[in-house]
Amino acid sequence: MTLMKLYTLIPMMPLIASIVIGLFGRQLPKVFSHLIPIVLVLGSFLLSLYALYISYHGYVFNENLFRWMTVGQYDLNIGFMVDNLTALMMSVVTFVSLMVHIYTIEYMENDPGYSRFFSFISLFTFAMLMLVMSNNFLQLFFGWEAVGLVSYLLIGFWYKKPTAIHANMKAFLVNRVGDFGFLLGIALIMFYFGTLDYKEVFSRVDTLAGQEFMLMGSSVSLVTLISILLFIGAMGKSAQVPLHVWLPDSMEGPTPISALIHAATMVTAGIFLVTRVSPIVELSNTALSLILIVGSITALFMGILGIFQNDIKRVVAYSTLSQLGYMTIALGVSSYSLAMFHLFTHAFFKALLFLGAGSVIIGMHHDQNIMNMGNLKKYMPITWITFLLATLALVGMPFFSGFYSKESIIEAVKYSEIVGSSFAYFAAVFGVFITSLYSFRLYFIVFHGEERWRNKPISHNHHDHGLTTNQSPHETTWVVIMPLILLAIPSVLIGFFTIEPIIKSSFLLKDIFILNSHLALSQVTEHFHGPINMALHALATLPFWLMVLGFIVAYLLYYKNINFIKTPKILKKVMDHKYGFDNFNEYILAPLTIRLGNVLWKYMDIKIIDNFFVNGSAKTINLFSHITKKIQTGFISQYAFVMVIGLLLFISYFILGGKS
Amino acid sequence: MTGILSIAIWTPIIFGIILLLVQDKLSTTLTYRLGNLFGFISFLVTLPLYIYFDKGFSGFQFQEIYPWINHFSINYHLGLDGISLPLVLLTSFISWLVIFISSNSIQRAIGFYISAFLILSGLMIGVFLALDAILYYVFWEAMLIPMFLLIGIWGGPNRVYATIKFFLYTVLGSLLMLVAFLYLYNQTASFAILDFYTKPLSLNIQVLIFLAFFMAFAVKIPMWPVHTWLPDAHVEAPTGGSVILAAIMLKLGGYSFIRFAMPISPDALIFLKPFLIGLSLIAIVYIAFVAIVQTDMKKLIAYSSISHMGFVTLGLFILNPLGFEGGYVQMISHGFISAALFFAIGVLYERMHSRNISDYKGVINSMPIFGSFFVLFAMANSGLPGTSGFVGEFLVILGAMQDHFWIAFFASLTLIFGATYSLWLVKRIIFGEVKNKKIAALKDLNGKEFFVMSVLALMTLAIGIYPALITDITNQSSQVMLGLIQQSKIL
Repeated sequence: MTLMKLYTLIPMMPLIASIVIGLFGRQLPKVFSHLIPIVLVLGSFLLSLYALYISYHGYVFNENLFRWMTVGQYDLNIGFMVDNLTALMMSVVTFVSLMVHIYTIEYMENDPGYSRFFSFISLFTFAMLMLVMSNNFLQLFFGWEAVGLVSYLLIGFWYKKPTAIHANMKAFLVNRVGDFGFLLGIALIMFYFGTLDYKEVFSRVDTLAGQEFMLMGSSVSLVTLISILLFIGAMGKSAQVPLHVWLPDSMEGPTPISALIHAATMVTAGIFLVTRVSPIVELSNTALSLILIVGSITALFMGILGIFQNDIKRVVAYSTLSQLGYMTIALGVSSYSLAMFHLFTHAFFKALLFLGAGSVIIGMHHDQNIMNMGNLKKYMPITWITFLLATLALVGMPFFSGFYSKESIIEAVKYSEIVGSSFAYFAAVFGVFITSLYSFRLYFIVFHGEERWRNKPISHNHHDHGLTTNQSPHETTWVVIMPLILLAIPSVLIGFFTIEPIIKSSFLLKDIFILNSHLALSQVTEHFHGPINMALHALATLPFWLMVLGFIVAYLLYYKNINFIKTPKILKKVMDHKYGFDNFNEYILAPLTIRLGNVLWKYMDIKIIDNFFVNGSAKTINLFSHITKKIQTGFISQYAFVMVIGLLLFISYFILGGKS
Repeated sequence: MTGILSIAIWTPIIFGIILLLVQDKLSTTLTYRLGNLFGFISFLVTLPLYIYFDKGFSGFQFQEIYPWINHFSINYHLGLDGISLPLVLLTSFISWLVIFISSNSIQRAIGFYISAFLILSGLMIGVFLALDAILYYVFWEAMLIPMFLLIGIWGGPNRVYATIKFFLYTVLGSLLMLVAFLYLYNQTASFAILDFYTKPLSLNIQVLIFLAFFMAFAVKIPMWPVHTWLPDAHVEAPTGGSVILAAIMLKLGGYSFIRFAMPISPDALIFLKPFLIGLSLIAIVYIAFVAIVQTDMKKLIAYSSISHMGFVTLGLFILNPLGFEGGYVQMISHGFISAALFFAIGVLYERMHSRNISDYKGVINSMPIFGSFFVLFAMANSGLPGTSGFVGEFLVILGAMQDHFWIAFFASLTLIFGATYSLWLVKRIIFGEVKNKKIAALKDLNGKEFFVMSVLALMTLAIGIYPALITDITNQSSQVMLGLIQQSKIL
């Protein structure tokens, strides 16, 4: 079997699973609904590991699968490129997907949409693989929009919930704003290079430097324009401010997909995109600074919001936003491999946090309010331990995976000299405190303290979820626990074992382009003396102690319940409105759109065009035809008949007249 | 292979006449079955056009030429190239689907209804195949008669206003087109379109000719600001009429731009390009806003069609290969997607007798299969990659960028607004809790409806995944056409 066929199988297997289950899932016995996708996604995962093995040994696969179309001199193709960057993404995507497939067996067990759900997550796996394996911008865009589609379908999975169908439309439309920029970027690439193939574009990318482009009467650098447009696409998918508004709402979807799509894989597509186009982005310091600043704002301000959330999934969602901000910061300081590294470790511990949250939600009988939880460590020990491990990884506890990736990013920002790096450094370092505070707040409230659901006011509402005061939560079955444990292992260890190859070797760097004048990453590499040394060294640095401070504050506030800080009213208000982004969209942007539509329709179309011009001329004609009213029968067929006859006469007259 | 073009045109017309004659003597069921068989055969006879078509040959194939009115050198001249072939297949295929599903909705005079569609189908194919201006003109005008009848007899309550509006708009344009043909005849002493292509003309004359054509074709496609007949016609037309109107009749405008206006007056085209692009962009953006606020779902899709046709005209008038091919693919793609959406609205209308969006909510609860199809077509309508809706928009945006950044910028806004009206429609109709008992009692698609939706879905996906299906046919001919346009005709 050729490598091409093998690589084609990787995305095709989940697609086949999706189609089979989507079309016949309800006819087949229920067990097939999860068995077929799991087996095929497992196959995909194993082949992805094989692809990683091959590319690790230095073979970059790049071939076209088929010709999509030919237009004039342009050929557009569908094909695969598998280098280390791609192979790493493929492995992460298929692994997390596999875990989520298994976990779903229990989580969605009694849902009437059981087979539909499996069909969707397999379809997602296919789309995400097409996105990362692409060897051109066209297919990248296909995967990009296809994951958006599946995200739309899954956020709105419970289509009866008004909040869910609001959230999924919002997610799709906000992403479309990003795609709008992305598509323009792709069109500019086509305009300049005449091809969308990565290899050809990147091989001629140096000719781009210094190209000017006329825009609004002034000339701008073409490479900056392309970079910023592509980054706008990344901002949509990777939920960077101000296009982040869809991600917290996406929590309306079932928890397994929050883990898979809205934490581990799809939202990191933007990070992957910018890394992939590093040869272009590197040429524009303006674009890099913009990326850096957007990332910093997201990392810091979204983290702060996480402190004020009471829905367990929303806390984790804001944490995801903040961590995506960290990855974007790494992109901004030209440390693409570090962004990928954080993406990699984050995929494990954030998926674990979400699946842990899901386990808690099952235990609490679908109550997501943390103010009804407490002391769950007693009832759900495995969830508790794994959740704690994920929390430690997230806050950057030395030796845990998250520590290595986040600490290297902070280091890189420190060495960077690009405009905005001092603000980014502040945001990244202060963000460590924020991360620690919201993470331990969540941890203490959920797993320690009193059992709050027991003194919950009694509700007589039938539809209310949650435990009654005399019930106790309990751990669920092995299909939930197994993924938790399998994800906990890499959450703890993988950073320790992979930092060396990522920082020291050319494993990722050979697929990335970094300008020699952008020194941040090479400085990090220079100061790196092994993972143990790095962890020990960190004990004497500011970020570590800020993390400890965050822990202490959370401990006092939420474990000891000592309220030594009072949130000022104004701050509380700003936090409740989440800085007002949603309000702006809902009370200003949306009504303005409707207003404009109505004005154009009712005034332009109806009043001016129809009433004045069309009916006006009809009336004028009526005036003249007053005399001929007798022959107006009102039957359009007769009009048509008269018209044809008239035309024939007209033609005859003209031609005969012309001849004679 | 001569003769297959005539067969493609006259088979449905003759069948239509036969059906018209025998319908009184047959029961309704039998009439439907016979009509359906006729429709299917009429579709089958167009398949040889595709099978024997030579993709590598850029000229006209299977030409037939017989003298018709010798005195004025008017010929019965037919020919097929890559531009007309996909449209012919689309016409015969969609016409058959409309006939196939007619038994669901039409109780009154079904034989008459089906024969109107058969005749209409033949006449439209005639428009796509005619290479003689007068022959073309006869098909073009004759086609209006069955369409008027369809709206006038099976239409809604306000059908008289809608037909008259349609009539006024169309007649005004057609007459000017005829004047242009007669002028060209005076110049070339021929009605052969190919002779028109080579005739040198001064810029002033070209501009006048272009504007005469423009009045006819811009109304048909329709372009802003001569578009207001379309929503009214759609609202009043029966489901089948809407499907044919959106899927094929609008394309007659686009096709005719390619066949006449562009190659006959290329210098005028370049001269008027900014104006034409401006109108196209207005259609794309302005009409999208209008579509967002519609409360009648048929009107919403009608406005969406106008916005999509804005992409067609933008692509054609941007005058480069990417735009041209994109505009063309958009026509074919819109043929399938708009047909599916109008069928879908018909499915709902037959069950609920309302087109008001606010009367619906949570349809997917009682009609899960229908709901899935609707989501798919709404996504296709908003240009999702993997569906045919993406291909045209993508190419047109790439083409627009070659011309100017801001043109691409405004055209790309459709990504946002197209998704807004499509998905908001889905949210209000398909998703949510069941609104009332009527919706709870809805029955999902029956066998015929399922078949129609499935084949349209398959076509939409097939073109989206492998657009070379179409572009391999059109590639040679579009290069010829673009070549003609780029050659100045000023002496």
